[in-house]
Amino acid sequence: MTWMVWTLPTAIFFSSIAAMLAGMTIWELRSPTVERKGFLPISTTRGDRLFVSLLSAAFIHLGIIGFTTFPLLVASALSVLWLLILMRWG
Amino acid sequence: MNNKVQNNRAWLLVLPMLVLVAFSAIIPLMTVVNYSVQDVLGPHARFFTGTEWFSTMLNDPALHAAFGRQVAFSLIILAIQVPLGIGIALLMPKKGWQASAVLILITLPLLIPWNVVGSIWQIFTRNDIGLMGWSLSEIGLDYNLTRNASDAWFTIILMDVWHWTPLVAMLCYSGLRSIPEAYYQAARIDRASKWAVFRYIQLPKLTNVLVIAVLLRFMHSFMIYAEPFVLTGGGPGSSTTFLSQSLTTMAIGQQDLGPSAAFSIIYFLVILLVSWVFYTTIMHMQKDKNSQGGA
Repeated sequence: MTWMVWTLPTAIFFSSIAAMLAGMTIWELRSPTVERKGFLPISTTRGDRLFVSLLSAAFIHLGIIGFTTFPLLVASALSVLWLLILMRWG
Repeated sequence: MNNKVQNNRAWLLVLPMLVLVAFSAIIPLMTVVNYSVQDVLGPHARFFTGTEWFSTMLNDPALHAAFGRQVAFSLIILAIQVPLGIGIALLMPKKGWQASAVLILITLPLLIPWNVVGSIWQIFTRNDIGLMGWSLSEIGLDYNLTRNASDAWFTIILMDVWHWTPLVAMLCYSGLRSIPEAYYQAARIDRASKWAVFRYIQLPKLTNVLVIAVLLRFMHSFMIYAEPFVLTGGGPGSSTTFLSQSLTTMAIGQQDLGPSAAFSIIYFLVILLVSWVFYTTIMHMQKDKNSQGGA
């Protein structure tokens, strides 16, 4: 595993993605998702909304890192907020 | 109500594929992410840099320029190849040996490997031995793709149109063939003009294949590497240096693994976003179609 040059932050990052996928699987088994239409222009399932929020989280982080001087936590907080909004009303 | 038995055992059949993808894509991608937050000099000499590479890459004027050129290139390619492809497909013979012959002739450029296409055009456009370069010089045009940026752009676009328009044409041709004859008979009864047939029968029926054609052509052209690399080497200056070539120069030429890892991730995210938008559009169109069919 040395060749993968792991660091603590990236390990936490990938573990949380894995945890999210596992959590989504359990949630899906407990109560299967119902496709519905929220404020997004397309009808989405739970997994679609998670994907959209993760992809936008990536771009939110890039925008904050690249073009502002705000600390990274601002981007993460915005992403979490956006994820909650999307999962609930998206 | 719902008396279907839920069985998830089919997921086991996906496992071999998952293992393959993990080895060929997921694990390397994770490694790239790890590299992007460090300055790795060796397995035991590495320093955590956090988001520094990302902010450097996002503010690099050379990369902004390359990104602009890349977007411009993809848009120009699409604007030429899609209408041209439709036009060629409309002109192609519909049946008999002529249809097969034309199909084979048109497909030939698609069979040539990328770097060979670059070499062919490199020789073709030389002023001393190349047919196109020599002819243009003979009629008095100052054509030189190693000196003039506009000549280099013109040649790269011409090369890509030659190489990839056949793909669009083939997709459109298959789309056209799938339109039932009854539509054309109805149009003849109504004395519809050729334009009306195209606008109200052929074009709407081509929408699906056109979305796929645009997606494929966009992805190809957005990641183009070998052809311009062989033809112009990214020059003159950096006027035809596209994103993938900037990345290669950074990663392999200069061994700047950290910055190029950060850049790869940004590049990957852009492509992921565009592909997702296209994929969703295609899926959405099919769903609409199905619900119309069911109604």
